[in-house]
Amino acid sequence: MTESMRVPLPDALDFLGLDAQLTDEERLVRRTVADFVADRILPRIATWFEEGILPRELAQELGALGVLGMHLHGYGCAGASAVAYGLACLELEAGDSGVRSFASVQGSLAMFAIYRFGSDEQKERYLPRMAAGELIGCFGLTEPDFGSDPSAMRTRARRAGSDWLLSGTKMWITSGGIADLAIIWAQTDDGIRGFIVESATPGFSARNIEKKLSLRASVTSELVLDECRLPADALLPEARGLSGPLACLNEARFGITWGAMGAARACYAAALEYSKTRVQFGRPISSFQLTQAKLVEMALEVNKGTLLALHLGRMKDAGTLHPSQVSFGKLNNVREALAIARSARSVLGANGVTLEYPVIRHMNNLESVLTYEGTSEVHTLILGQAITGSSAFV
Amino acid sequence: MKIVVTVKLVPDPNAEKRIDPVGMRLVRSGVETVLNPYDEYALEAALQLRERLGGDTTVTAFSMVPESTKETLRKALAMGVDDAVILSDASLAGSDTWATAYAMAQGLKKIGFDLVICGGLADDGSTGGVPGALAEYLGVPGLTNARHLEIVDGKLHAQRETDSGYQVVSGALPALVSVTMAVGEPRYPSLKGIMGAKKKSIATMAPADLGLDRAVGSDGAKTELLAIAPPPARGSARVVEAADGPTGAKIIFDFLKEKKLI
Ligand SMILES: Cc1cc2nc3c(=O)[nH]c(=O)nc-3n(C[C@H](O)[C@H](O)[C@H](O)COP(=O)(O)OP(=O)(O)OC[C@H]3O[C@@H](n4cnc5c(N)ncnc54)[C@H](O)[C@@H]3O)c2cc1C
Repeated sequence: MTESMRVPLPDALDFLGLDAQLTDEERLVRRTVADFVADRILPRIATWFEEGILPRELAQELGALGVLGMHLHGYGCAGASAVAYGLACLELEAGDSGVRSFASVQGSLAMFAIYRFGSDEQKERYLPRMAAGELIGCFGLTEPDFGSDPSAMRTRARRAGSDWLLSGTKMWITSGGIADLAIIWAQTDDGIRGFIVESATPGFSARNIEKKLSLRASVTSELVLDECRLPADALLPEARGLSGPLACLNEARFGITWGAMGAARACYAAALEYSKTRVQFGRPISSFQLTQAKLVEMALEVNKGTLLALHLGRMKDAGTLHPSQVSFGKLNNVREALAIARSARSVLGANGVTLEYPVIRHMNNLESVLTYEGTSEVHTLILGQAITGSSAFV
Repeated sequence: MKIVVTVKLVPDPNAEKRIDPVGMRLVRSGVETVLNPYDEYALEAALQLRERLGGDTTVTAFSMVPESTKETLRKALAMGVDDAVILSDASLAGSDTWATAYAMAQGLKKIGFDLVICGGLADDGSTGGVPGALAEYLGVPGLTNARHLEIVDGKLHAQRETDSGYQVVSGALPALVSVTMAVGEPRYPSLKGIMGAKKKSIATMAPADLGLDRAVGSDGAKTELLAIAPPPARGSARVVEAADGPTGAKIIFDFLKEKKLI
C-alpha cells in the first residue's frame, strides 16, 4: 500500500492537521468557543455590524464562558495556557474581529495591566468582576496626535496633595464608550505612568466614533479627561515608563496573531464553499484553474499562519518568546489574513460585497487590525531593528 | 443526593455517517468522538437539579466506552459534573440494547445512586431502548421523556411529554428518568471548568468487577443485525400550480386535511 492510500485526505480547512497537535484540553477550549460563536455570534453579527453596535450583554456572556482574562491566574480567571488563549482568539475572530477586539482589550490590555502592574487591592477590586464581564475595561494609550509614537503623549497627571489631577484626550479607544473603567497612560514628573480611571469620575467623558467602515461591531471612542481628580490608589504602582503599556500590547498582539487566522479561515471557508456551488460556463467555478490558484494560495497562508501562531504559542508557554517574535506573528498573519479576505471577496463575485456572506465584513475589519496594536510598518521596523541592530524609527 | 447521568460517546453528528458494509457497524474512525447530544440535555438537567438542591448533591457521569475515548468525557466534567466512571472492556464490544442495559445496570448498582438521568436517544444507534431497560434491570421506577424534573421531600416529580401534552407523574427514589430537549439548552463548559476538569477523576471499572451472571458484548446480544440498507430515496415532490395565494392556501389546507394532519 502506498502512503496516500493509508493516510486519509487532509481536511481542507486544517490541511496540516494542526488540531491533532493540540492537547485534549486545548481542543475542548477551541470547540467550546467555536460552538459559542456559531450559536451566539454568527446569527447576529451581520446586524450588529450594519447597525454599528456591540450589545453590552455580550460582555456577560463572554464572562460566563470564561474567555475574559482567561490566561490570567486567580481572581476568577481560568488560568489557561497561551495556546488555549490563542485558540479562543482564533475562534472568536472567525466570528468577528470586533468581538475578538472586545475580548482582547478586556483581557489582555485592561485586565492584564491591573494583573501585572496593579496592587493586590486593585486586583481584588476589579479583576473578578471584569472576568465575569460585569465591569468593562478599556485601554487609553493613543492620542489624536500620537499614534505610532506614544512616548510623546500629552495627557498629563499632576500631584494635588495625595490625589492626582489628570487631563488630556485619548483617541480610537476600543470599548471606550461602554467602559466602566479605563486604564489611562499619562506623563507625570516620574515619566509615563498608568491610572485606573472609573468612568463615573467627574471630568471623564467619552464620545463614540460613529462613522467608521471597519470594526463596526465594536465601540471605538474618544476619551476626554478634563481635570479628573483621582485618589492616590488609582495609580498602577508597578508600571513605569512606556514598557508598561508595551507589555500589555505584547499580550494583545499575541492574541491577534491567532485571531487574524480565524478571520482568514472564515473567508477561505466561505470562498471554498461558494466556489463549489456557484456554476458559470456550465461548471462550478472551483473547477477553474484561476479560482483554484486563489483557493490554494488561501489554504497555504491560513495553514502556515496558524502553524506560526501555534509555534509562537508553544514558545510563550515555555517562556522563550521574545516580543520581536510576536511582531513577526502579528505582521505576517494580519497581512496574510487581509490578502486572503480580499482574494476570497473576489471569488464570491457580487455576493462578496454583501453582508449575507462574512467576507467583506472580515476584510473591512482587518484594515483596523492591520493598523492597531502597532501598524505593519511599526512591526517591520521592530523586526528590522531586531535583525540589523539599528533602529529606523526616526 | 447522588445523581448519575448515563453518557454515550458517539461520532460527531455533524460529520457524514458511514457504515462499514462488512461488519455492518457505524465507522467511528477518522471522525471526532463527542458526547451524545441528547445526553448533554441529561447532564444539563442533572446540573440544574444539583444547583436547586444544593447541599451534598453530586453528579457523576457514567459511560460504557472503550478506554481510548474516555477523555471525551472531560467535556461533561468541564460542564460541572463532579466525577466520571467508565465501564470498559473488549468483551463489551458488540453489545445490543439488552446487553448494554444489563451491563450498565450492574455498573450503576456498584456506583450507587438516588437518581439516574438518561438522554432520550443515542445519536448513532437511535434505538432509545436503554433507559427503559435500565430501569427494569435496576428495579426502580422509570419515568421516560421527562421535560421537567423536581425533587420535593425526597420524591421525584416529573412532567412526561406525550403526543398531546404532558403528564404529571411522581415516583419514589431511587428512580430513573430520561429527559427530552425541553429540560433546557445544555450549558457551554466554562473555560475555568475546562481547566478544572483535568483535576477530576475518571474511574474505570471492568465487567470482572461486577460479577455478571450473563454474557455481554456480541455474545450476550439478543438481537442479530441481518442487513442494512440506506433509506429509500424520497419520491419526487408533487408540484401544484395555483392562480393566487388564497387558492394555493386552499390546496395546501385540503391536502393537510386529507392526510388528517390538521
Ligand atoms: C478600530 C481601532 C481601535 C483602536 N483601539 C485602540 C485602543 O483601544 N487603545 C489605543 O490606545 N489605541 C487604539 N487604536 C489606535 C491604534 O493603536 C493607532 O491607530 C495606531 O497605533 C496607529 O496610530 P495612528 O492611527 O495615529 O497612525 P500614525 O502613527 O499617524 O501612522 C500613520 C502611518 O504612518 C506610518 N508611520 C508612523 N511612524 C512611522 C515610522 N517611524 N516609519 C514608517 N512609517 C511610520 C504608520 O505605520 C501608518 O502607516 C485603535 C485604532 C483603531 C483603528
